[in-house]
Formats: sequence, C-alpha cells, structure tokens
Amino acid sequence: MPQPPTHSSSLDMAQPEPIDLSSGKYVKLWQGPQHPGITGNMSLELTLCGDEIVECKTHVGYLHRGFEKFMERRTYIQNFTVVCRIAVPEPTFNEYLYSAAIEELAGIEVPERANWLRALNLEMMRLASFLMWTGGMSGAFGLYTVPNWTLTYRDYILDLFEELTGARIYHMYIVPGGVRNVLPDGWKARALEILKGTEKMMREVDRVMMNNAVFKARSKGLGLIPPDMVDPYGIVGPNARAAGFKRDLRKDEPYLVYDQLDFEVVTATASDAYERAWVRQQEIFQCINLIRQMLERMPDSGPFQAQMPNVLHWKIPPGETYLKAECTRGEYGYYVVTDGSEYVRRVHVRGPSYTHAIAVMERLAVGTNIADIAGLMVSLHTYPPEIER
Amino acid sequence: MNSMLERLSKEFRVTDITERHPGLTTLTADKDVAETLLRELRDREGYTHLNFMTAIDYIERGVFTLVYMLHNYATKSTLSVHVNIDRVNAEMTSIHTLWAQAWTYQRELRELWGINFPGSPRVEEDFCLEGWEEIPPMRREFDTVEYCERTFTSREGRGTVNPREHMAEIIFPNRGGDK
Amino acid sequence: MIKSLSTDATLANAGLSAEEQDLFSNARPTAYEPYSIKAVEDFANWCRANSLWILAFGTGCGAIELRPLMTARFDANRIGVAGRPTPRQASVFIIGGYSSVKTLKRIVRSYEQMQGPKFVIALGICPVNGGMYWDSYNTIKRLDQYIPVDLYITGCMPRPEVLVAGALELKKMIKEGRCDGANRYVENFDWYKANQKKVIKKWDMPDYNW
Repeated sequence: MPQPPTHSSSLDMAQPEPIDLSSGKYVKLWQGPQHPGITGNMSLELTLCGDEIVECKTHVGYLHRGFEKFMERRTYIQNFTVVCRIAVPEPTFNEYLYSAAIEELAGIEVPERANWLRALNLEMMRLASFLMWTGGMSGAFGLYTVPNWTLTYRDYILDLFEELTGARIYHMYIVPGGVRNVLPDGWKARALEILKGTEKMMREVDRVMMNNAVFKARSKGLGLIPPDMVDPYGIVGPNARAAGFKRDLRKDEPYLVYDQLDFEVVTATASDAYERAWVRQQEIFQCINLIRQMLERMPDSGPFQAQMPNVLHWKIPPGETYLKAECTRGEYGYYVVTDGSEYVRRVHVRGPSYTHAIAVMERLAVGTNIADIAGLMVSLHTYPPEIER
Repeated sequence: MNSMLERLSKEFRVTDITERHPGLTTLTADKDVAETLLRELRDREGYTHLNFMTAIDYIERGVFTLVYMLHNYATKSTLSVHVNIDRVNAEMTSIHTLWAQAWTYQRELRELWGINFPGSPRVEEDFCLEGWEEIPPMRREFDTVEYCERTFTSREGRGTVNPREHMAEIIFPNRGGDK
Repeated sequence: MIKSLSTDATLANAGLSAEEQDLFSNARPTAYEPYSIKAVEDFANWCRANSLWILAFGTGCGAIELRPLMTARFDANRIGVAGRPTPRQASVFIIGGYSSVKTLKRIVRSYEQMQGPKFVIALGICPVNGGMYWDSYNTIKRLDQYIPVDLYITGCMPRPEVLVAGALELKKMIKEGRCDGANRYVENFDWYKANQKKVIKKWDMPDYNW
C-alpha cells in the first residue's frame, strides 16, 4: 500500500506527485454537494487508496451570492438587512460587526444599554450555534439521540429570540446606532428557565457523547492540528484553543461589555476532533454562565438607540476600518472602506471557515479514513456560506 | 510600534501611515518591496497571522489596492498593508509561500477581480463561479443589474421603487417627501 | 409555455467528451401515465402522499430549518416525511431558498436522477422572484424556469410550522392527483433545457441524467 504524500513542513505548498488514476490503485470520489455528511453546500473531491484518503480538494462557491458586489449598490441602511444572510447559523455576528464598523466610521456613540443587549444577543446566538454544532458532531459519529436533544433546546433559544426580535433565524435586531427594542416583560425569567434546562441537558450530553466509547475511539487522534500549523494556516477560535493557544478576542481585545464579565478561556493540549469537541462543550457552559451574568447586571433603563442622522441621506466620511469579534468558530471580521458617498466602497467579510474548510481541511484529510471525513469536517466547525459570501 | 514604523518607512519606503483606531494601522507599500516587507513583518516583527487579503477597485485612479491584513498576537496590533497595482494586466507577487491559506485568497482575487498571481497553486481553477464568461464580476465596471436583466428572467409584476423616495413618502407624507 | 416541438427521439449530449458519450444514455424522459382504473390510481396516490421522502441536499439557507423540522420538536417523521441520502430513493426535493448557478447545475442533475413520482417544494421568497438577490449576478431569479415547482412556501426563513403545513398541503395535492410537475418537465423538456443551458455556461453533463 503506497504511503500518502506527507508534508515535510507546515508551509510546504509544493503539490504532491500527481496521482495516476489509471493505475487501478486509486478511486476518485466526490463527497457533496449532495451529501448528508457535508456541513453545508460544499463538496470534497477525494482520491482514495483503499479506504484511506490520499488527496482532498475542496470545491466551494455553491452558495456564492456576490454580497460584496451588491452591497456596493445599496445605501448603508439597506445593507443592514442583507448582512445577516451571510452566515446562516450565526447571523447576529454579521449584524453586530457591520453596525459597529459603520458606527465607528460615522462617529456614532452607542448607549451603554445597547451594548449590553448586543452582547446578550451575541452570546445567545453563540449558545444556539454551539448546540446545533453538538448535534451535528454527534450525528456524524452515529449518535442520533443527541441531535434531538440539542436541537430542541436550540429551538427554545430561538423562541426567546423570536419574542425579543420577531424572527427565529434572521433577527435584524442589532441596527446601526443601537438595538431595535428592549427585553419584553418576563423575558429574563423565561430565559433563565431555558438556560437551566440547557445546562441540565448538556450534562447529559457530556455523559452520552463525550464519554461514549465509540465516540471516543473514533474521534481521538482524528484530524490532529499540530501547534506549528496554527499560525501559518491562520487557524483561530476553538480549533486553535484546543491546541493550547489561549486566544480569545473577548479577552484579548474586549469589545462591547466583555471586559466587565467574568469568564475563562478554555484550552486543551492536543487539537484533535475529541479535544475540539471538549473545548466547545466547556464553552457552552461558559456561555450559559455569561448570559446569566449579563441578565443579572444589565441596566434596566436608559436609552438603547443613539441619535441617528437621517438615514435616507446618510453619508459617511472617507475611512476604513477592520473590526472583529469572536464567533463560535473564531475570528469573524468586517473590513469596511467608505469614500464619503452614500454607498459603501468596499466590504470584505472575513469568516474563519475560509481557512478551516479549505487549506486546513485539505491538509488534515490526507491519511484519514473515508468513514471519518464527515466527522473531521464537523469537528473543524465549517460553514460554507461565509467562505463564498 | 512607532520605532518599527519608522524603520519600515526608512527601509521599505512605506507611506501613508495612519492609525485608524487603537490597534489598527494602515500603510502603503510599493509593489516591488511588498513581498519582502510581508516576510519581514512575519519573521521579525511577529505579525504571524494573516487575517485576510483582498482588493479594492479604485477605477477612478486606475489601480487595484491589495489589502493584506496582518495581526500580531503578542502586541495585539493589526497592520493593514496596502499595495497599489495597475488595473491593466493586473499582476502581483504570490505570497503562498508565506501563509498556507494565502493561495485560496489569490484564487478568489484571480477569479473575481482578474488579478493574476503567477506561481500560486491552482490559481487558474474555478473558485466561486463556474464557466464565467464576462469580465470579473467584482470590478467596478461590471454592471450586475444589466447582467441580471440579460441573463435571468423575472416574474411579471415585479416593481422597483427608489428606496429613498419611497421611505420619504412614508415618513413625511405631508411634505410630499423629504427634500 | 412552449410545447415540445422536437420530434427526434434522442438527445445529442454534446457537452460530453467522446469517451464519456458511451457511458450515458441519450434517451428522452417519458411522461407518467396514470392507471386506467381510478381506484387503483387513487390508492397509489394515497401511498405516495404518505411517504414523502425528501432528498438531503441543503441547497441554500432554507436547509437550516430542516434540522428542527426533522428532530424532536417538530418531528416531521410523524407525517411521513423522512430524509434520504440519495436522489434514487427520494420523492420530494426541497429547494432551500436561493440557488446559485453552480448549485442549479447540481439541482438539475439531482432532480433528473430522482425516480418518479417526484415533487419539488421551493422554500423562501428567493425561488419565486429572486427576493433580495434580485440584482445578484450569481443567483437565478425564477426557479420554475429551470425545474418544475409543485409548491412554494414563502417567507424568509419559512418557519418549521409552515414547512409542516406545506407538507400537509403537498399530501392533499398528491391525493387529488394535482402534482404534475414531473409530467410538465417531460412535456416542455426542450424549453427547460434551453433555459438551463442559457445560465449554466459550463455544461459538461449529459442532457438528461437518470
């Protein structure tokens, strides 16, 4: 059996020897876009030798909508309704970063209460997204009970979102200048109740998933990211934290109210699929803790929207900025350039999946068993819509 | 930070050093020194993380501005290196040997802006689009509305309103729209 | 719609290379003919309506609401909706919202690979008329120009409750024998193919993949 091509150093971009498909040793297999084991609409072109992958090429672009092009044609206030569509499972980070970027460029000061509400929204979105990820991760390894639990609790959180913002998925709650409304009566009590249930459910997930013998056997050692690969490949978020890098934008460069909150950056020692899952499990508990703290300490009165200029004639002076926030997968960033007109000059959305799903995936897939490829992909937590936008 | 910027402006002739907000500095470098500058920043100054690279089309000046966003985890500072390249026969040195994800960005820039990066792996392959025959869509002269009307058919009865006039009518009905 | 005027019985498959030409059939699709006895046809429709097996192909953002739909809270299994990993076993194709040109190629291919009887549900406002992507250069505006659509569920996102209601509506339509999308595809095959080839520039697949 031929050895899979090895990379001598982490930056060895020399393409391996071309694989002779006519030799009869190799099989070329497409995984996706029509495939249930794919984390979204993207595809992997796999070359197999037996059941071992010797080459992986990712193909993206199935969700390319040209956001960055048509955002240049829309006014600032029109854009805020479209940005949330860029990353479907986590729209709130797009809303926050877009709003914060143009607030910075336009010099708008956001009231304190709006910052708390924004942070609350982001943390709830993080919790919902992690719950969905837990379902996907366990589903990829054949545990079909866990998705039924976690997606149900995710749905309860979406109910809270619906009560607060009027929508389940695309909230459009964080607007330039503040937020759209404040917490409804009794919302806090309902949120605490749901958090309690979520915490209880997560302890059970810990038992049936993280301590499951099959899950452990299959995920330990799968897709190991060595620490010297983290910086050259631009790996961020839980994938880097599992490799021992204590990097969290909420701690390192605090935005919103995170400097007033008490939480820990969870790290592990070896970034394989199991440790990455473990880091995310711990982050779910941190997240629940953060939401409780915010609900307790949030101001209950005061303005929640800044005085805004007439948005129908809103011109923003020339400038550029790059703002980032820690989403579930790591650094999510918005690069916005304005030129003094009513239209944005350039928006670039930096999604962490861009590296995780393409360069990192192609490297880690080599040498993996074909049966584990879906689990590897989920363990990197990739969302295709933020790659191609 | 400041001593580094002074050294860079002396050794690499970087210009337009602006602090945009605390922790984010932009500067402009020449095309021929850009790769050396990026290597220097990565190896000696600790800017080990490439956040992203992208391009801005300044059609009125006839240039593409390539933006390399670098981050230093130790000093928590971000540096945005701008490089202006000519719009005609746009070409730039590939940095795929510096960062392992850079070739992906270069594929995207090649496809959506038409900027060539000789030597970058798989740069000729399709990235987001498939079988695209027009000019690269992210260029400013590409008219996306005209392309849509030419290529796709809309259902009958679709109307278009000018959002500003429409909203002005709703918000200020008595004034006949906000003028 | 233009009726199929072409009389030749085979397809050209001009997009394929010479060695691939032999691998694919060049036959045209054939229309479904109902049973001559009405009671038998009604029974067949009743069976079809109660086993809506959807293709697990998340073509767009609408796929995110399919997960709550299939899991414990909304549990679409109780009304006979189940996910299937391959087009060969599926009878319902849910188009989750907008579809880019690159995805449309895969949608056409998957749709043609599905065995009859087959039904298409389009989610969201984007397949109806482009929605907010009306000026995007890479998304199609009207899905029914490229494949026949039996049922639209509008909204952005359509909620799981609406999806359940849509599945029940589709069941009713199937029982009444009103879902003739696949037959429309056969009758207007050349029109659909011309539309598909107009937007899918890189056509390197057989004209009818089944």
